[in-house]
Amino acid sequence: MRFAISPHPIDTANLREDLDDTRAGGVVCFEGCVRDFNDGRSVQRLEYEAFAPLAEKEGMRILGEAMERFGVLEIVCVHRVGILELGEVAVWVGVASRHRGAAFDACRYVIDEVKARVPIWKKEHYTEGDSGWINCHQESPPVR
Amino acid sequence: MSRFEVQYFALLREQAGRSVETIESTARTARELYADLARQHGFSLGAERLKVAVNDEFASWEQVLAEGDRIVFIPPVAGG
Repeated sequence: MRFAISPHPIDTANLREDLDDTRAGGVVCFEGCVRDFNDGRSVQRLEYEAFAPLAEKEGMRILGEAMERFGVLEIVCVHRVGILELGEVAVWVGVASRHRGAAFDACRYVIDEVKARVPIWKKEHYTEGDSGWINCHQESPPVR
Repeated sequence: MSRFEVQYFALLREQAGRSVETIESTARTARELYADLARQHGFSLGAERLKVAVNDEFASWEQVLAEGDRIVFIPPVAGG
């Protein structure tokens, strides 16, 4: 079980090897990628920031919950921080399980809980030149 | 008066204009401390939209703070 915050590009092939297990009949991997739009706006790049000590603790708690709840063999999750260009992998979740059903369920649980609970923040930089922290805008929207 | 180390992230970091500060305060709880700092830095987020961590673990807003505590106010998260 491993949860990490990484300032470097995520090496997905390397992470996949951590899930090698001859007991595993199913391996499910999820890649969250930087997308060129959000909420009707054209996005140029993303910036992620984490409160690493607590992010790692909360991330490990989520993986522990998923291991117990779905009885899977292994889970690895890495979340990127820093400036990310379009198409880059922002988060990777991999689950190895005896059967595919539990692998899909655990993977879904991990990504949903990570998005909701782990202290990581995302700033969108828009093509128009402005930017904003997601879920934090309470001021009036920028004049366009 | 106690001394606390406050670390800021994301929108709060930008609004405070710094990542970390050591402050002397009479605040007893995390809630009182946030109220003071929000006034001082003009934070746009109300405490009801934040969580708080003390010494790298989630804490209650009513937790009584101790000298030297490290406090982080956590804006709405958005990983993934």
